[in-house]
Amino acid sequence: MSAQSTLVNDTADATGRDLNARALRADARREELRLLALLSPSLLLVFAIIIVPVGWLFWLSLFDETGALSASNYARFFEQASYVRTFITTFKVAFIVTGACVLLGYPLAYMLSQLPRRAASICLIFVILPFWTSVLVRTYAWLVILQRKGLINSWLIDLGVISQPLPLANNLSGVVIGMTHILLPFLVLPLYASMKTIDTDCLRAGMNLGAGPVATFRQIFFPLSLPGLASGVVIVFVLCLGFFVTPALMGGGKVIMWAMRMEQTTSLYSNWGAGAALGVVLLAVTLALLGLFQWLLGARATGVWSSR
Amino acid sequence: MSIALSALPISMRRIEKRFGSVPVLRDLNLDVEAGEFLTLLGPSGSGKTTLLMILAGFVRANGGSIKVGGDEIIATPPHKRNIGMVFQNYALFPHMNVSHNIAFALKQRRVPARETAERVEKALDMVKLGGLGERRVDQLSGGQRQRVALARAIVFEPRIVLMDEPLSALDKGLREHMQIELRALHRRLGMTTVYVTHDQREAITMSDRIAVMNAGRIEQLDKPETLYAAPKTQFVAGFIGESNFVPVESRNGSVWYEDRKIRTATPAPAAGQHLMVVRPETLRLVANDEPGDSVNVLDATVGDIIYQGDSFVCYVSLRDGRQLTLRDYCRSDVLARMPAPGQPIRLGLDARDTILVAAEG
Repeated sequence: MSAQSTLVNDTADATGRDLNARALRADARREELRLLALLSPSLLLVFAIIIVPVGWLFWLSLFDETGALSASNYARFFEQASYVRTFITTFKVAFIVTGACVLLGYPLAYMLSQLPRRAASICLIFVILPFWTSVLVRTYAWLVILQRKGLINSWLIDLGVISQPLPLANNLSGVVIGMTHILLPFLVLPLYASMKTIDTDCLRAGMNLGAGPVATFRQIFFPLSLPGLASGVVIVFVLCLGFFVTPALMGGGKVIMWAMRMEQTTSLYSNWGAGAALGVVLLAVTLALLGLFQWLLGARATGVWSSR
Repeated sequence: MSIALSALPISMRRIEKRFGSVPVLRDLNLDVEAGEFLTLLGPSGSGKTTLLMILAGFVRANGGSIKVGGDEIIATPPHKRNIGMVFQNYALFPHMNVSHNIAFALKQRRVPARETAERVEKALDMVKLGGLGERRVDQLSGGQRQRVALARAIVFEPRIVLMDEPLSALDKGLREHMQIELRALHRRLGMTTVYVTHDQREAITMSDRIAVMNAGRIEQLDKPETLYAAPKTQFVAGFIGESNFVPVESRNGSVWYEDRKIRTATPAPAAGQHLMVVRPETLRLVANDEPGDSVNVLDATVGDIIYQGDSFVCYVSLRDGRQLTLRDYCRSDVLARMPAPGQPIRLGLDARDTILVAAEG
């Protein structure tokens, strides 16, 4: 209080200007500096572990095998058919897996959201449980189940349903089954969270206004669950693009995805420039996709960046 | 084209509802007259909201009958009941603008687009929101959302309209304003309305009749003025308005408070213990020489006096230590005789203002 009263006298002579304007500006500046000082440790960390490596990756990608500056690492994407095939395969798998996750995950999340609280939390444990097991272990488990002499094929043959084993593993279907299983919780959890926030009175209002159960679902519940679905889809799709373990084990060498190509390029051919270029392109494509989703669904709807 | 609401009577018979083994509504019978504004008033847990939910079809009763204009609807699913409802938190659809919210019911009924647009416009005008049809719901103030909810509930000309504490989320000034507006709208449209509230003042302001509910039963169903002036039970007397209870005894055809005979406007009730309901505004400070024949006089001592601008509240204690509240307006003649705390005074209670109810356990 006393400090303020002295300030008033200090600048009382200033004509036509806000009272104490200079002192207030100085105070605002001090506050900004304090905030920056508080932020600096985390900013440094982000710089050291994200900005520097990505920059380095980009830097590496600009040099060919002889160490000369060139765009050859990027030209490869257009010249070599195998790169284009990898690109197409990666997106194909990502689309199929995301689609499968939506088809399986939406009804599951819907059921969870409608269950009483206690039953829902028990069921949620079963959704989250696989998270606590290694991806590698789960992928091998699928291999045991799906391979030529695996559980499913031997059961089906024993039951006489089929005479020849179904090609379930070491191909695209194996990759899709394995990845869908591993990525499903990433779709279910945000979707479930968003479904839980839907006001049941809104559904009641829909029925009250003459919409039957199907119409209420279609016109009210489904549109209101879209933000959660969108964030789940984005997470699953982006994770698919960079997935390595499952396609490497379940694809039997027939399904070459982006991350596998990167691994080959760097560890098999020791071509760090080409590997770096793959990484840069994957990052760019992922960012572009996130931007596209954001634009398509509106900033409010995706919920990936916003709090809601 | 205008919005033409029907005025149908509602007849509820032997409604029973139990949650598990806990009874919520017990053998409830209620008739709502055609075009009436009836309020279900009661504390939380009294079953008023459950009854409304059963009327709307969101909660299934264990038994009973609900007839709207003669049609049995107890087993009709909610979307086929044709009942308008205003929800406590409005329950507006957040992904639709104001017009689409209001048009929702018309869309379900496949009303042609042209007619829909006209009716939505009409409904918006009726709730004084003309021109706001394109607004998003989250761009509206609380009062505006309330109006949209109201327009949405009546635009499809439902058979009856239900309201579940629709004003409880509004601040005091706006709430009082909306009470008057809702009442005016009801007068104009004449739809049969069932309104739920726990606010006795709101119920008294708005209703044609009030059903006071307690523990799953209707304690009393009457016009607001009757409820206030002649409550039939201690619960109703305590719930509506402010009351002090004085234990009295009926013997030999008259009513006694300790050794003092109480003059009443009605004949003395059956012999036994009763409670006299004393409203703060019926008590008066009397001068020593003043009381007439029809006025009961009680001796008391002044406790605290609280000045409230237009009026004052005076806490007094009777000879047996029982506390009473007296309220009067600050007129100069009253202020001139204002006693000081601790001073003995005499309280006047007109025989016509005495209310007797049975003492509950």
